[in-house]
Amino acid sequence: MKWGRQPVVDVALQGTGSSTVSQIDRARVLQRLRLSDVAFRHLTRAAALAVLVILGGIIVSLIWGSLPALRTFGFSFLHEEVWNPVTEQFGAIAPIYGTVVTSLIAMLIAVPVGLFIALFLTELCPMWLRRPIGIAIELLAGIPSIIYGIWGLFVFAPFLQQHVQPFLISVFGDIPVLSTLFAGPPYGIGVFTAGLILAIMVLPFITSISRDVFEAVPPVLKEAAYGLGCTTWEVARYVMLPYARVGVIGGIMLGLGRALGETMAVTFVIGNAHRISGSLLAPGTTISATIANEFTEAVGDLYTSALIALGLILFVITFIVLAIARLLLLRLNARVGR
Amino acid sequence: MNPTSPLYAKRRRRNVLTMGLAYGATGLGLTWLVIILAVLVWEGFSGLSWAVFTEMTPPPGSAGGLLNPIVGSLVMTVIAVLIGTPLGILAGTYMAEYGRFDKLTTVVRFINDILLSAPSIVIGLFVYEVMVAQMGHFSGWAGAVSLAVIVVPVVVRTTEDMLVLVPDSLREAAASIGLPRSLMIQRVAYRAARAGMITGVLLAVARISGETAPLLFTALNNQFWSLNLNAPVSSLPVVIFQFALSPYKDWQSLAWTGALIITFAVLALSIVARILAAQRKTS
Repeated sequence: MKWGRQPVVDVALQGTGSSTVSQIDRARVLQRLRLSDVAFRHLTRAAALAVLVILGGIIVSLIWGSLPALRTFGFSFLHEEVWNPVTEQFGAIAPIYGTVVTSLIAMLIAVPVGLFIALFLTELCPMWLRRPIGIAIELLAGIPSIIYGIWGLFVFAPFLQQHVQPFLISVFGDIPVLSTLFAGPPYGIGVFTAGLILAIMVLPFITSISRDVFEAVPPVLKEAAYGLGCTTWEVARYVMLPYARVGVIGGIMLGLGRALGETMAVTFVIGNAHRISGSLLAPGTTISATIANEFTEAVGDLYTSALIALGLILFVITFIVLAIARLLLLRLNARVGR
Repeated sequence: MNPTSPLYAKRRRRNVLTMGLAYGATGLGLTWLVIILAVLVWEGFSGLSWAVFTEMTPPPGSAGGLLNPIVGSLVMTVIAVLIGTPLGILAGTYMAEYGRFDKLTTVVRFINDILLSAPSIVIGLFVYEVMVAQMGHFSGWAGAVSLAVIVVPVVVRTTEDMLVLVPDSLREAAASIGLPRSLMIQRVAYRAARAGMITGVLLAVARISGETAPLLFTALNNQFWSLNLNAPVSSLPVVIFQFALSPYKDWQSLAWTGALIITFAVLALSIVARILAAQRKTS
């Protein structure tokens, strides 16, 4: 190559009257720049398309991998509870149930707590404390999930077993429905514990998005309500929440997507038991925990394929939830943009 | 309104109650953070010593360190960043510079946002199917690629966001002196958006350095010193997983120490990323 990178530009930028570079050289350089320009454009386009290829690859490979299991079990895979690697009988309903129930517990706790923290950060907190507290809550999201897992197994589960679960069992023991939900010996690990840990993990997602949309509420709306004599709670409940509704729901769905797919923290504390139990305190399993626990030990194509089919189910569920979340947040952005 | 009326008192009571809940919720959130970090330091710090960084993972019942998983994690993280960052930056460049109002950009942005929060265990399954099943064995390369798949959406997102913020007058100035578009992007737009793009890469590193699920059945684990990326490679999160669930006390204590190392590395990375991002806003 005749020129390095820098001189190429210099040549191109010089006028036609330049005495140091001949007309021919200039034409050649311009030609090369045109080529590299087109090449770069196509390169970036290819990279953008690669993002789509990754998603397509995930979907195709999951479907391909789960074909043997789906062919063998058909739709009964979705509603059978049996999970027996020895006889090669597999059904997905127990992990699906565990995934849904742990995520529900997580959302029941994290949504109100997250909304109240967002309210605190936008309305009550002194200005100088807002950033530090906001960052601290977001750091919760930065802690890797395996840390939540090890902490949950060695610290949180024993604590629940000794102090919280016996209390729940004795308090709810006489109430009809709740006595089934909180029945049985306090294992420590189980569906309830997994749900609580998930709640802590998704809390920052719900908090930070709710705070952002609360902050986007026009001050004049809030001031008008305060001017009418509304209390802070009434402003939050009847002015901010309706205005920020779409964004809050988007944030909740985003948190739900996280909770459904969360693997390591749940794997540590759920107990990996393939059965649906009436009691929340009993061990269970989720889709992701089943895959994490069993995949490397899976012997035989059918077993592996059944686990991949579980992954496919998980991906479809989270894809739908995340797509709804993104569509809601997009709608919100369009409104703010206008 | 009459301050002594029952309605007024009721509204006041409700307000005090809910504001109390708001304080309580914030306290609760901060308490979790403090408890988790305190337990980590308490359990992990006692095991922290030079041996952790200089010795291999031990068999149960003897002393040892975490050298091979630490190195394995570092190597796979570096490769993942080397693969994922250029791809992510180029894709983000297309979305912000060439096709800002394209249909393709809208679709890619939507899909990318979904990949951003897709369950990482599914990404592990994907790479297992594509690489491990085809090659017939677990490998460090497969682990690095699965981490790279997690890096890409993070980098795409921040690159696009940061390039969109670059003022058009800079681009017009570059174009007006005859700079071709590709060079305008590389020399002007990238330079203006540099701090934000580096922040994105740091966030991606923070994200993958704690990832366990995609490594479980791609890189697997390796008890011995090995830099052969065609063989199973040990990594810090997977070793923590294995050791924490083992019945041996010394393995569990090593798991805590590893957890402490990862957490502080990740928190340090995200704090540095925040400082960089904050500098961009003020300058």
